[in-house]
Amino acid sequence: MTSLRIFFIGGLTAYRALINWLSLWIFIPTLVITPIFQILLFVYIGRSAGVQSDTFFVIGNAVQYAAVPCLFSMTNAITGERYQQTLAYILVSPAGRLPLFLGRALPVILNAMFVAAFSLIVSGLIVGIHVPVSAWPGIALVIVVSTFACTGLGLICAAIGLRVRETAVLNNVIFGLLLVFTGANVAVSELPGWMQAISERIPLTHGIRAAREIAAGASLSHVSGLILTELAIGAVYMAVGYYGLRLMELSSRRSASIQIA
Amino acid sequence: MIRRSARVLLMGWLFQFKQMSRSSFDSLLAVLWPLFFATVAFFMFRAGGKPDALVYASLGSAVMGIWTATSVAAGSALQRERWYGTLELLVAAPTHFSLVLLPVGLATATVGTYCMASTLLWGRLVFGIRLTIEHPVLFGLAIPATLLSIGALGFLMAVSFARYRNSWSLGATMEYPVWLICGFLVPLALLPAEVRPISWALAPTWGMRAIRHAAQGGGSPLLDIGMCVALGAAYVALGVVLTEAVLRAARARASLSLT
Repeated sequence: MTSLRIFFIGGLTAYRALINWLSLWIFIPTLVITPIFQILLFVYIGRSAGVQSDTFFVIGNAVQYAAVPCLFSMTNAITGERYQQTLAYILVSPAGRLPLFLGRALPVILNAMFVAAFSLIVSGLIVGIHVPVSAWPGIALVIVVSTFACTGLGLICAAIGLRVRETAVLNNVIFGLLLVFTGANVAVSELPGWMQAISERIPLTHGIRAAREIAAGASLSHVSGLILTELAIGAVYMAVGYYGLRLMELSSRRSASIQIA
Repeated sequence: MIRRSARVLLMGWLFQFKQMSRSSFDSLLAVLWPLFFATVAFFMFRAGGKPDALVYASLGSAVMGIWTATSVAAGSALQRERWYGTLELLVAAPTHFSLVLLPVGLATATVGTYCMASTLLWGRLVFGIRLTIEHPVLFGLAIPATLLSIGALGFLMAVSFARYRNSWSLGATMEYPVWLICGFLVPLALLPAEVRPISWALAPTWGMRAIRHAAQGGGSPLLDIGMCVALGAAYVALGVVLTEAVLRAARARASLSLT
């Protein structure tokens, strides 16, 4: 029961306290307007270059932009404790680390889902793509799985953030790498072999591919392999992130550097 | 008077430029960020099978970097001074505040030259994009004209966002629209007709045209440079007038610090 309270209530409280900078004045410009313009940018570059369809870029970028809340909010939901001088108190508490850390991931996933879904619908309407109504439940499922997987990557960034001060730069760099490697704008088959090998092992790649196939008319069972792969990648990243946090916590205790990284 | 103002501008630019170059993390990000977009653009244009388009993309991506460096940093210039606790001191100083703020925009655009150089180098080394310049002198003129006009636009943004507490987010939001509307990677002819008047009113559009025409031939680079500089000067004039209005309102309501 205590673990469930820490997971749900603690996670929500920590999110509200640590992401207090995410007011509407920031949320609307950065998480509502910007993803739409990113999508429009790549739609028009695609038209200019004469590659792919508008649907390809709308879906790819809408799912990929979920990385912003996944990376930035997840990292801040943990490293923000340091700036508020509360990290040491959190880490000396007897609370179970699994609900403590993962509970903070749940609001992040919900936020990222909203960003991906909203930008997909609005930019789809602006550009005029046609996605069958029957495809939307499948796409919604893919968004849930993809944001879960990307939040796993965010958890790893949070672990690194326990030792590295410049997490905003780190998150921006990872967002840029995801833009190149996930196939959001360039089909993975167009990338060099070594890049394809990386693409297959990172969050969002399989989710984006699955969402595109569903929008093109594929059934959920047809893309179940892609969705399960995305889920498995997410689980691995979550596990690595969680153990990374534990490792950094122990290391910080040993070197007495919890507050001064 | 003119000499003193020029000195304030020069020293302010130098000071701001040195301050911005201090953080190795920020400098690294300034260089890396446009490279991600340039890489995607290079892959897309290469997949399109048009060899000329890669040079087009290379020049466009290079100028994108200048705007990236400017939009967030200039947008949040006043907010930064607020955090440092120096805003009131700068406003109260006998030097006109616009002379303090203008160098911020110019310095951020100067940081953008790192991005420009790294993007052109990236295109050459990784994607084999060979850039030949048709009119080197005009190309040499077009780059500083574009830098100055983007710096002037940054100054105008900095003043316009003065009353906005989270101005960095507005600055970041301006990044993609300007990339798109100014035709850095997309010909203006592809954009909806109603957007084009906005494009013509933006100096980076003309700067981009000047750089492209000077590098690839065609068009009239001198006219483009002239328009770019004229619009940049108009932004500065508008920014000075806005600075006066913003400071007057802030003094009247005692709201400069936004606390």
